[in-house]
Amino acid sequence: MSERAPVRSDGVPAMLRHDVFDAVKDAALAALIALGLFVLLIGIRTEQGPTGALVITTRFGALAAVIAAVFAASLIRSLVWQRAAPAIGRWLPISARTAAAKAISPYLAAAFLVLALLVPVLFYTNRYLLDLAILIVTYTMLGFGLNIVVGLAGLLDLGYVAFYAVGAYSYALIAQNFGLSFWACLPLAGIFAAFAGILLGFPVLRLRGDYLAIVTLGFGEIIRLVLLNWQSLTGGPNGVSGIPRPSFFGLPFNSTGSGFAATFGLHYSPTHRVVFLYYVILALALVTNWVTLRLRRLPIGRAWEALREDEVACRALGVNTTNTKLTAFAMGAMFGGFAGAFFATRQGFISPESFTFGESALVLAIVVLGGMGSQLGVAVAAAVMLGGFELFREFDQYRMLVFGAAMVAIVIYRPRGLVATRRPSVSLRERSDTAAPIVGGTRTETPA
Amino acid sequence: MEYFVQQLINGITLGSIYGLIAIGYTMVYGIIGMINFAHGDIFMVGAFLALIAFLVLVALGVSAIPLALFLMLLVSMALTALYGWTVERIAYRPLRHSFRLAPLISAIGMSIVLQNYVQVAQGARVKPLPPLVHGGYTLFEGNDFAVRLSNIQIIVVITTLVLMAGFSLLVARTRLGRNMRACEQDLKMAALVGIDVDRTISLTFVIGAALAAVAGLMFLLYYGVIDFFIGFLAGVKAFTAAVLGGIGSLPGAMIGGILIGLIETMWSAYFSIEYKDVAAFAILIIVLIFLPTGILGRPEVEKV
Repeated sequence: MSERAPVRSDGVPAMLRHDVFDAVKDAALAALIALGLFVLLIGIRTEQGPTGALVITTRFGALAAVIAAVFAASLIRSLVWQRAAPAIGRWLPISARTAAAKAISPYLAAAFLVLALLVPVLFYTNRYLLDLAILIVTYTMLGFGLNIVVGLAGLLDLGYVAFYAVGAYSYALIAQNFGLSFWACLPLAGIFAAFAGILLGFPVLRLRGDYLAIVTLGFGEIIRLVLLNWQSLTGGPNGVSGIPRPSFFGLPFNSTGSGFAATFGLHYSPTHRVVFLYYVILALALVTNWVTLRLRRLPIGRAWEALREDEVACRALGVNTTNTKLTAFAMGAMFGGFAGAFFATRQGFISPESFTFGESALVLAIVVLGGMGSQLGVAVAAAVMLGGFELFREFDQYRMLVFGAAMVAIVIYRPRGLVATRRPSVSLRERSDTAAPIVGGTRTETPA
Repeated sequence: MEYFVQQLINGITLGSIYGLIAIGYTMVYGIIGMINFAHGDIFMVGAFLALIAFLVLVALGVSAIPLALFLMLLVSMALTALYGWTVERIAYRPLRHSFRLAPLISAIGMSIVLQNYVQVAQGARVKPLPPLVHGGYTLFEGNDFAVRLSNIQIIVVITTLVLMAGFSLLVARTRLGRNMRACEQDLKMAALVGIDVDRTISLTFVIGAALAAVAGLMFLLYYGVIDFFIGFLAGVKAFTAAVLGGIGSLPGAMIGGILIGLIETMWSAYFSIEYKDVAAFAILIIVLIFLPTGILGRPEVEKV
């Protein structure tokens, strides 16, 4: 709303006054629009009265506060931010920032890994933090899996949670019906999910971009609706409960004589299992990361990245796009399935409630905010997002609101993600400068 | 037979609502080539605005139903259009030159924002509204089944037809319509011949949102109950309708909407009501695979 007020770096007072006037005018306009937007939805609240009919109460205080906030934000944006941003740009140019990020990223990755390994040691007594850490690593793993599909192969998948669900239900149902252990079921869950991935992959091979996104969304919803309605197999909305917990090489985590604690001469503590679960998911996530990094160096990984850059050129060069897409779907789905099996064994209970579109959006947000294609970025984004969620737990109803707004803001202001820049693993030397902006950059943020 | 005719009537009514929403998708896709994922939630906002407007009107003492309906429609259309404009301005316009998937991701974020904003502002519980339009006609009676056409169904279908006609005229005859068609063919070229592209795109969103608001009001009147989550499913189905009819085509959106409405109603009536949403999603997938340009769409030329 303030784009007409140009930024002036010289501080001529008359100009400045003009600026301030413009800014106030813009802010007033923004406040007026806010009034129109919020007058009914915030200014008036509907509640069911005692008779069941809706009654309204007015909330003009809240309305005034929101409008004042919009006015202030608009004013700050045009007066402070638009002056400060170029100054920051001069003081620390984007090229320097990119170089700095590149220089520290290997150390950052190492530091992150060490921290991840030490979490149970540092926070052994804090069950809450351990659970949070498990959650973060689970989503990091999901992010790594989706990263193969979205970040490497460039196929936007809005139904990734379907594979997570397939993995979780495969483990839960196989374990309950055939009595197999977690470790035997884990590969099976991955295989089932990979099959689901191929099943989805086949019909959507010809689709591109947005259509693909909507079809994957539909696929995710179909899986959820089937899980919800196929009562005889999945228990419907009641879900599956009493899913067996994993054991440590056959030693269960309980207080019996043959349990983990007794065998190693330790006092039994429920924390043992939590720590074990943490290391299991950390190992799974690291394996996913390692596999992804290796795959990127193989012809198939190269083909994924080539597909992301330009599908037509890819076909012209003889890359089999069918197989390339299918393997991307299958690989991504397999890791989603592993994560799903882990989720089932950790929770001990699963229901279709856990596999809604919101989960897909969250994982996608992690991948996008992490910079699409960057492994470190995904890990950082998962930590930031889920950590942020926990910080805002008191404002429970507002946090999804903030989450959505953050998604929009980051795509606008940091389109390359919070941490990383996405570059092809290989590119011709002389083109290496120009390749990145074509890949995913904006016109404004071109690395020098 | 009577049962079938009744389902036909119900399906066309439902389909009209989907068609109105689908127009918003198809126009935006035609012009800037993005799926406005938040459009379903704009529809939901429109339904809420209509509901609140009605309650305010009642509180102010407006008791004549036709007048109240008309005012509801006006308020809801105007304010929902403002939402459409704001969403485009905040979340999509800055991304016009960004990478391919950016607008879609931003739209998903916006959809989450709108849903949770309404949930926070108005609560998560469903909002019931007693039926405002009563009465109807019994068309003919069979052995044990009477085919009824209610007044609300007549209102929904006629409003949709009138809006469709008006909107087609707007696109075909007015300056704005010509600008929109020019932008649809080539944004850059349209800008070169002096069309204000930003303004045209903004107005497209405004019109799409206003039509979604009408659909929201119709949904509210027809079902009598809304909540903050109705936008997701309605949005996906309306998008399916737009794709089925051929994305970018206005009559296609309407035809697609009515087909989806019919399929959903028939599926619930003859097969299983639990799987009616599965049917809608499955149709979307099947159409995209076997008929990617839809019924009335133009084949997309692959430009290198």
